[in-house]
Amino acid sequence: MGGMAAPQVAPVETPDTDEVPVPDRPWVTIVWDDPVNLMTYVTWVFQRLFGYSREKAEQLMLDVHYKGKAVVSSGARERMEHDASQLHAYGLWATVDRS
Amino acid sequence: MFRRRGDRYVASLAIDEVRVLRKVASEVVGLLTDGFDHSDPVVSRLFPEAYPEDAAGAAEFRRYTEGDLKTAKIDQAGAILAALPDNGGGEVRLDAEAAEAWLRALNDARLAMGVRLEIKDGTDLGAELDEAVAADPSSSRVFQLSVYAYLGYLQESLLNALIE
Repeated sequence: MGGMAAPQVAPVETPDTDEVPVPDRPWVTIVWDDPVNLMTYVTWVFQRLFGYSREKAEQLMLDVHYKGKAVVSSGARERMEHDASQLHAYGLWATVDRS
Repeated sequence: MFRRRGDRYVASLAIDEVRVLRKVASEVVGLLTDGFDHSDPVVSRLFPEAYPEDAAGAAEFRRYTEGDLKTAKIDQAGAILAALPDNGGGEVRLDAEAAEAWLRALNDARLAMGVRLEIKDGTDLGAELDEAVAADPSSSRVFQLSVYAYLGYLQESLLNALIE
């Protein structure tokens, strides 16, 4: 199963153009509270998809429930989109944003 | 309700439960095939916008992910239909893969019903049901609320069997 986002390694090559390279700003996947999903199910999905410990998954679920949302993963944009679509397959309400 | 037996997840279902599960799983499949309509709030909930404030980003995300997501959701609803007894009640036996598909499909069905029933944070299902029964015990809302509650119990029992 998908583990945590790989560490972001900065590219070493310097482009020839004068353009100042924009650093790869990390993106985040956010899960939002909804009134239907069971708390135990949300915890289980976080463990299953991200390999998080039960404690971490539970804390994220509680953040979603009580604060309305939680950042569940961060990294490159493509990876966040992958995470969001996986979360959608499990029925969680996930969005992608800049961190 | 589901229990773990060896490496299988087993539930003994009455005929009414089988009928209800067949109905809700078929409805999800219908919603994702012939009835697929982005303006339907149920579809919006099952396929959330990945970029709520970026219409172009949201459209692109949808273009790349929606087909696979739809197929996955149809398949998982199909896993329910495939495992139900053909006639009457009986035993459902799931391996780990089918159990996971059931969990996701039960969740999709609950999400769809939750939208239709206007379930909110803090909705007290028991109170809703009492109110609906008082208004008209034979109403469709009474039936739908009962089914919604039942699917929640069933999903939770399967989840507990999986993680115990």
